Amino acid sequence: MSDLKTIRLVVNGREVERTVESRVHLADFLRKDLALTGTHLGCEHGVCGACTILVDGMSVRSCLMLAVQADGRRVETIEGVAPSEETLHPIQSALSRHHGLQCGFCTPGVVMTLLELQRESEGRPLDEHKIRAALSGNLCRCTGYQGIVDAALDLFGAETRPLAR
Amino acid sequence: MKAPAFTYHAPRTVAEAVSLLGRLDNARVLAGGQSLMPMLNLRIAAPDHLIDLGRVAGLTGIEDRGSVIAIGAMTTQRTLERSELVRNNIPLLAHAVDHVGHQQTRNRGTLGGSICHLDPSAELPVAAAALDAVLTVEGSTGRRRIPFTEFPAGYLTNALAPDEILVEIEFRKAGPRGGAAFMEFNRRPADFAVVSVAIEVCLGSRDHIERVAIAVGGIAFAPVRMTEIEAALAGRPFAAATLAEALGSFDSIDVDGDDIYPSDFRRELCGVLTERALKAAIQSAGGHA
Repeated sequence: MSDLKTIRLVVNGREVERTVESRVHLADFLRKDLALTGTHLGCEHGVCGACTILVDGMSVRSCLMLAVQADGRRVETIEGVAPSEETLHPIQSALSRHHGLQCGFCTPGVVMTLLELQRESEGRPLDEHKIRAALSGNLCRCTGYQGIVDAALDLFGAETRPLAR
Repeated sequence: MKAPAFTYHAPRTVAEAVSLLGRLDNARVLAGGQSLMPMLNLRIAAPDHLIDLGRVAGLTGIEDRGSVIAIGAMTTQRTLERSELVRNNIPLLAHAVDHVGHQQTRNRGTLGGSICHLDPSAELPVAAAALDAVLTVEGSTGRRRIPFTEFPAGYLTNALAPDEILVEIEFRKAGPRGGAAFMEFNRRPADFAVVSVAIEVCLGSRDHIERVAIAVGGIAFAPVRMTEIEAALAGRPFAAATLAEALGSFDSIDVDGDDIYPSDFRRELCGVLTERALKAAIQSAGGHA
């Protein structure tokens, strides 16, 4: 019954080859086959954004992409973002500084969205509207978003943002 | 939830995809997956075979062909969003894309997928209706062209034969005195539209409305062209009284509604959004409204 396919892809710079059932979506493949549980699953139908990862540099909902579709692609997840075990990525530091997370469930998706935004902006300052539009695809139930937006403005905004008191 | 079991196919050519569709029972075509994948995960759809067009050659790209722009069916919404060719020549399509989903879904979602899925609240079919888009489809008997207006066949149902796929969509270019606007009502930006209105206008030498195309989404299973309003406005200068009279047509058309947004509410939105969009379209063409 089950339709098995062998796929080869690069995940966080490491080449992997696995045989997967074709109905398995990419998020479950990352979490269960590769034990990369930093990618979270909220709604599993493309609404919440918790499972956002980068495929060939572009942010995607990994619950709306099959693992077989990632064959030959380059995948980046939250586990590959920080430069080392001890050092946070600047996006992670900014979220921490600005209280841009509380429970942390949505945070991996938020970080991956901001990573794409950072690369696409190529150093040009971004206004709050652009930042909010990019983040509109990531639901957060704790922060009310202001801390996340403040962190992004701190990183990419034209002016530096004071820390919320 | 997780998708039910299916057999996955990744053809490399249109001919291969068409042949698979012709010989497999209960097969579905997968484009960008931003509608079909949720339907699989929610088990609303349960195909035995999934034919992924993601690796088919020749289905992406935006090409200038003189009076029209041709767009490959598998071109992503994100590509449309960033295309100068689209923004300069088919401004209405560019405005519509600005309302579609989030960047994470636009990165995967395709123009052709949205056109074929025909979600009544989707933006791109409404723009296609206003722009008289022409679809090129390919099946076992070859290619044929279908005007968009003849494409919807029912709720979430298109006019493709079982072994046909959409290959390309053609849009006419806006003229030098052309203007466009896309407006919708929803609770939050990027949500599905409750009602959406797409307008393309062409102004004449006396600044009058030479031609106007108005399509409305969210009131029926497919976008509706407001031909009576178009005819009432064409050839006349923009005037509040003319517009008010023309908008009266909304009183007599059928408007589908639901418990949350009943038909009277949607009918009201039709008038409000059409008025706003028409003014914006005329202004974008350099006229006064």
